[in-house]
Amino acid sequence: MDNRLRILRAERSWSQQDLAERLEVSRQSVNAIETGKYDPSLPLAFRIAELFGLAIEEIFVSPSRPTSRAV
Amino acid sequence: MTRSPAAKRYNRRVIRLSLLYALFLVIAVSGFNRGLLHGLVAYFAAVLPALPIIGVFGAIGLYLVEEQDEYVRMLMVRQSLWASGFALSIATVWGFLESFDLVNHVDAYYIAVLWFGGLGFGACVNKLTIGSAAGQG
Repeated sequence: MDNRLRILRAERSWSQQDLAERLEVSRQSVNAIETGKYDPSLPLAFRIAELFGLAIEEIFVSPSRPTSRAV
Repeated sequence: MTRSPAAKRYNRRVIRLSLLYALFLVIAVSGFNRGLLHGLVAYFAAVLPALPIIGVFGAIGLYLVEEQDEYVRMLMVRQSLWASGFALSIATVWGFLESFDLVNHVDAYYIAVLWFGGLGFGACVNKLTIGSAAGQG
């Protein structure tokens, strides 16, 4: 699933490890989500959204509406 | 490479079970070689080395329950499914070959060995298809 995780992380100058520690997941999980290889569960997607103070759809692009990229 | 607390517990359990397996195997083999085991005791001694191996299957199940990182857990589930397919496929093919007397008999417990080998096969598939394997930090 396309997402803005890498951009949001870069804006805060966080490494993948920094973000992983904040989310209490492994660095490889962050990498897999950022590169779209793994879609997080709803609880993890909420944790990510809450960490950045955004709505889920502002971070992740809906697969059913691929043209409406996350803002 | 950093390992999760669940992965560390899994490693400790597998090490303990491996040591127990070696101990039980020595007891069973030496008991049978010396002709000390008969009747029900013989059955119990023969099954003894299987118990720690069953324990390892249980340890993998516990790991899947305890692992908090959903992505790493998913990798391990995929690995286990590949291992199951790998071991059962080879066992099925071998079984037919054996039933037509084309290959020698192989003891059934080698299916467990194949399954553990299949975990490595599954890790390779994960690496090739997703780019990471369970246990990588």
